Amino acid sequence: MTADRILGIETSCDETAAAVVRRGTDVMSSVVSSQIEIHQRYGGVVPEVASRAHVESIMPVIAQSIVEAGIDDHEIDAIASTHGPGLVGALLVGVSAAKAISLVWDVPFIAMNHLESHLYAAFLEEPDLEMPLVVLLVSGGHTMLIVMEDHLRYRVLGSTLDDAAGEAFDKVARFMDLGYPGGPVIDRLAIDGDPTAIRFPRAMANDGWDFSFSGLKTAVVNHVRKHPDADVNDVAASFQEAVADVLVGKARRAAREVGANGVCLAGGVAANSRLREKTLDVCVEDGYRAFLPSRAMCTDNAAMVAAAAWWRLRADGPSPLDIGANPSLRLPIS
Amino acid sequence: MLILGIESATSRVGCAIGGHEGTIASAHSSRGRRHAESLAPQVEFVAEQAGVQLADIGAIAIDIGPGLFTGLRVGVTTALALATTLRIPMIGVTSLDLLAFLVGHTDRMITAAVDARRGEVFHATYQPVPGGVQRITEPAVGKPEELRSAIVAEAADVLIVGDGALAHRHLFEDVSGVEIADEVLAFPSASALVSLAHARAMREEFVRPDEIEPLYLRRPDAVAKWDTASS
Ligand SMILES: [Zn+2]
Repeated sequence: MTADRILGIETSCDETAAAVVRRGTDVMSSVVSSQIEIHQRYGGVVPEVASRAHVESIMPVIAQSIVEAGIDDHEIDAIASTHGPGLVGALLVGVSAAKAISLVWDVPFIAMNHLESHLYAAFLEEPDLEMPLVVLLVSGGHTMLIVMEDHLRYRVLGSTLDDAAGEAFDKVARFMDLGYPGGPVIDRLAIDGDPTAIRFPRAMANDGWDFSFSGLKTAVVNHVRKHPDADVNDVAASFQEAVADVLVGKARRAAREVGANGVCLAGGVAANSRLREKTLDVCVEDGYRAFLPSRAMCTDNAAMVAAAAWWRLRADGPSPLDIGANPSLRLPIS
Repeated sequence: MLILGIESATSRVGCAIGGHEGTIASAHSSRGRRHAESLAPQVEFVAEQAGVQLADIGAIAIDIGPGLFTGLRVGVTTALALATTLRIPMIGVTSLDLLAFLVGHTDRMITAAVDARRGEVFHATYQPVPGGVQRITEPAVGKPEELRSAIVAEAADVLIVGDGALAHRHLFEDVSGVEIADEVLAFPSASALVSLAHARAMREEFVRPDEIEPLYLRRPDAVAKWDTASS
């Protein structure tokens, strides 16, 4: 089954988002209402607070996405919503809205996997990306090294054994009292710092495909405790350099091993400027394409949901209406 | 006018369609915390059983709580999405009003109590009036022991109704003058919601979807903690 215009909905964490995408690639609208300010004072996303905010924003955000797409309700051919992984109370808001609307408009409902959606963000800006691709999916909740062999066909090479990359940024930022979210703050401070000032550990850099960031976080904490007057910019730059080294090092090895056509970044941490720079450098060096989606497509949005849904609907048809949220959903493996 | 009512504030979830001649079709289920799985199929089923198209519905009635947060949000979001896309008005009713409405035939004072978990209940007190009930206290959350003390102090004959009363039955059953309503009346029902909403629809007491807000009565833990720490 195919559907030309898909309305995507995303509420897995702290962004309420809706978008209309044509044929999996043409973004007609993409609206994101971020809750970052609401959660800032708590130093992280509070699930109950997030769920309440989603209820308030969901219908206005959906309405705006349709207005911005310049179409009428009846021109939507299918509705897709993230049903996992994520915060269960938050996911249920998007899923409930999507199912209800699909009943009224009498169009298919597609329950989407958030991780799969992230992988499709790249195709929105570069529709003819050639596979196989090595994708580094890095966010506050995930750190995965994935081989995308073809549409809807993935292999997970490795993932984090402890903290997600974005979590490490948040924890280091919190320890150093830099604010929330940690990623953008550290990125900004690092600009004026020396990435070689402190040699932080690169855990598991050369063995296997999995990642570990909790040792690095501890090393930063210990260093700052021992050197309370260490230059904040240097610490930020050195920490960021260690994260980027490990991530890009493994992606590079993976790309060589699987004979990939390119390396692709996905997820909120993919907005990190040092990670982007390094990815681009090694790809140029090794002679394959680097694909770095725009910042808006790295962080959670609904255009990627609608894009992935276009392929899912073609392959599997609509989802049943009795599907719920699955907070620990995994990437479907081919 | 046809009204579609959605009720999901307790461990149950239900949906009903009705009009001036009462409920035409209804469905409900209690499958643990599976409100989201059950509700959309219920809406589809009830519309089919009632032999109506969703486009024929004139208003969406919703139980706005208080109740269990996650289930409540599933119901409220579904109702908001239906009303917004059908471009029809809404009628919000509290879960406590619904419980009291069902036992309005009594000549006692009525206390509605919904189980709030964590050893607390959501509650409000009503008095029967001709043709219905009138709420005389604002919905509140508190320990059932405190509710018991308030009832004892009032020294009136009270009918206490709801799963909050059943969960703390031992506190209320030996209070003189207190009667606990039967288990069949312990959950707000979508049918009752439709009847109550129909009466309000006749008086044109509608609201827009953006005026509907879940009645949580409890702040998220993190917010409460933060406010305490910063005061
Ligand atoms: Zn994400």
